[in-house]
Amino acid sequence: MSDKIPVTVLTGYLGAGKTTLLNRILSEPHGKKYAVIVNEFGEIGIDNDLIVGADEEVFEMNNGCICCTVRGDLIRIIDGLMRRKGKFDAIIVETTGLADPAPVAQTFFVDDAVGQKTKLDAVVTVADAKWLKDRLKDAPEAKNQIAFADVILINKTDLVSEPELREVEARIRGINPYAKLHRTLRSAIPLDEVLGRNAFDLDRILDIEPQFLEADDHDHDHDHDHHHDHGDHHHHDHGGLKHYHDEDMQSLSLKTDKPLSADKFFPWMQELVAKDGPAILRLKGILAFKDDPERFVLQGVHMILDGDRQRPWKEGEKRESRLVFIGRQLPEEKIRQGFESCIA
Amino acid sequence: MTDASSDTPSVIERTRPIAAGAGVVAAAFLTDTPVFVLGEETLLFAAKDNETRVAAHGGGILTAVSDGTRIVTGGDDGKVVTTDAAGTTTVIATDAKRRWIDHVAIGPDGATAWSVGKQAFVKPGKGDERTQEVPSSVGGLAFAPKGFRLAIAHYNGATLWFPNAAAKPDAMEWKGSHTDVMFSPDGRFLVTAMQEPTLHGWRLADGKHMRMSGYAAKVRSMAWTVAGKWLATSGSTQLILWPFQGKDGPMGKQPELLAPREQRVMVVACHPTQEIVAVGYDDGMVLLVRIHDGAEVLARSPGDGSVSALAWNTSGTLLAFGTEDGAAGVIDLA
Repeated sequence: MSDKIPVTVLTGYLGAGKTTLLNRILSEPHGKKYAVIVNEFGEIGIDNDLIVGADEEVFEMNNGCICCTVRGDLIRIIDGLMRRKGKFDAIIVETTGLADPAPVAQTFFVDDAVGQKTKLDAVVTVADAKWLKDRLKDAPEAKNQIAFADVILINKTDLVSEPELREVEARIRGINPYAKLHRTLRSAIPLDEVLGRNAFDLDRILDIEPQFLEADDHDHDHDHDHHHDHGDHHHHDHGGLKHYHDEDMQSLSLKTDKPLSADKFFPWMQELVAKDGPAILRLKGILAFKDDPERFVLQGVHMILDGDRQRPWKEGEKRESRLVFIGRQLPEEKIRQGFESCIA
Repeated sequence: MTDASSDTPSVIERTRPIAAGAGVVAAAFLTDTPVFVLGEETLLFAAKDNETRVAAHGGGILTAVSDGTRIVTGGDDGKVVTTDAAGTTTVIATDAKRRWIDHVAIGPDGATAWSVGKQAFVKPGKGDERTQEVPSSVGGLAFAPKGFRLAIAHYNGATLWFPNAAAKPDAMEWKGSHTDVMFSPDGRFLVTAMQEPTLHGWRLADGKHMRMSGYAAKVRSMAWTVAGKWLATSGSTQLILWPFQGKDGPMGKQPELLAPREQRVMVVACHPTQEIVAVGYDDGMVLLVRIHDGAEVLARSPGDGSVSALAWNTSGTLLAFGTEDGAAGVIDLA
């Protein structure tokens, strides 16, 4: 398990600074070797021994689920790279600006050979501080990349003022409150903030609290979910900080301190993703089941679920179940009610 | 469950171990010399008293195929290379952009086929290279047993191309990603492996579809038993054999399931003259399985990585094996 090769996916709209980040990763003196899978092969100078051009071929799986797609080219390339096992420590996939991260992520869950030899580490999205706002309006791909990300770099911060920057951050938070946000200049960032994140490792699903903006510090206790209760207001001022509710991409956070019934939860969850999987980009959960001394952790991408018992609940640890979703036009009330009906 | 129980007969003591030193991609016999295609650069000719390493590629070797007289390999150096029994290598083609050679196939009269992305190429023994583009990246290539015809697997089906004819190639359609392709030895059926854990097939006479499903994992190894009676495959924790004896092939029939273990079957290789299949498992074990009664003989104990290559010599007296971690050997069954 530990010898699985980690794979980092770099996304971001055209011109945001993905290639700059990639070149930084490759050129810093970390003593590691990377295999790099890129698009627009050969057009941008990338100095690396192992570099492969991908075609971004998205294939639908024949399992009756239209959102279950994989990247055929990645399966082929990762299989080929494994011939040179030992020649690299990690793989970085740079997608085109128009790529959807979901098929990339799903590839690691769906293809047994890929899943056996590699593990998805994190989806890192580079966003342009100046142009992201516009892209969120006119480019669904850009919104997908923000919604899907584990780590987001708000790049080119020198091109915008502090209030503009805060607005960009608030807009990102309106879509994805769970990603780690970083402000960067020329994609400069300590590499341990983008590599070795274990964002898809069930054992590391420890902290699914939303990441708050600095300006929120004065207001720790307000309800984290409040921004869902303002359906019509696309933004409103709250303690001096703007909060945005994105029209079609939202997050949803559910919690209960009452134990859940495993017999109710799993059928509900299966049915939810079978029906509403296309709307769910990502989900994560830490769950406390009745009469179960262990924490259960869960993650999902569209219709694919991956879950396991993680560890015993600790003495004095609050046995609370939390489930978070990021998705497009999530059927919020239905999910809320369904979750509550799983209480034992 | 047969987990190397002590009462399983064994031929392990007939093994000549070979230190390949790198992951084994494929094995083949050129005349009676076992040759191991390694993950990077090299073909290892492992004659009994004379081991030689032949440098064929400047990088990883992605794919290899042999017809017993030569081995054709495709590399991440963009080269298609043929190596003969004397260990002489010849570059058949070099991709101008150094793109990966994903698949190779050997055809009649010295013909070679390979693919780069969506493009399939054929170079006849004599004459010029020809090319055919398919709708998506090529998943596999296979020459028909008769005539000069190439099957090209891809997303949503396979294309059957006569490289010498100007006619439009035939499209065999089936939704999904096809990752490998084979003709039955009598040329009546075309079978593909898919991204889903299933095989698909067409009866070429009438295009009738065959679905061969029930696998736990993607099928990565397929082989025909002598005279094409059965199609042996990996993809499960047992050897799966689809019956192709009748005129309808496996349509409406159940497969034979032999040699069950708790490990996944990775590679299968059929004996050239008898109904025996060599089965390589994920834990490194190799069993010889007789089809008619399911009898098993232990050919290799578990260890040193997943079995990645198995090959018989033409008379079926020698079996070569290799693993992902670089263990290899030849078993003398004569």
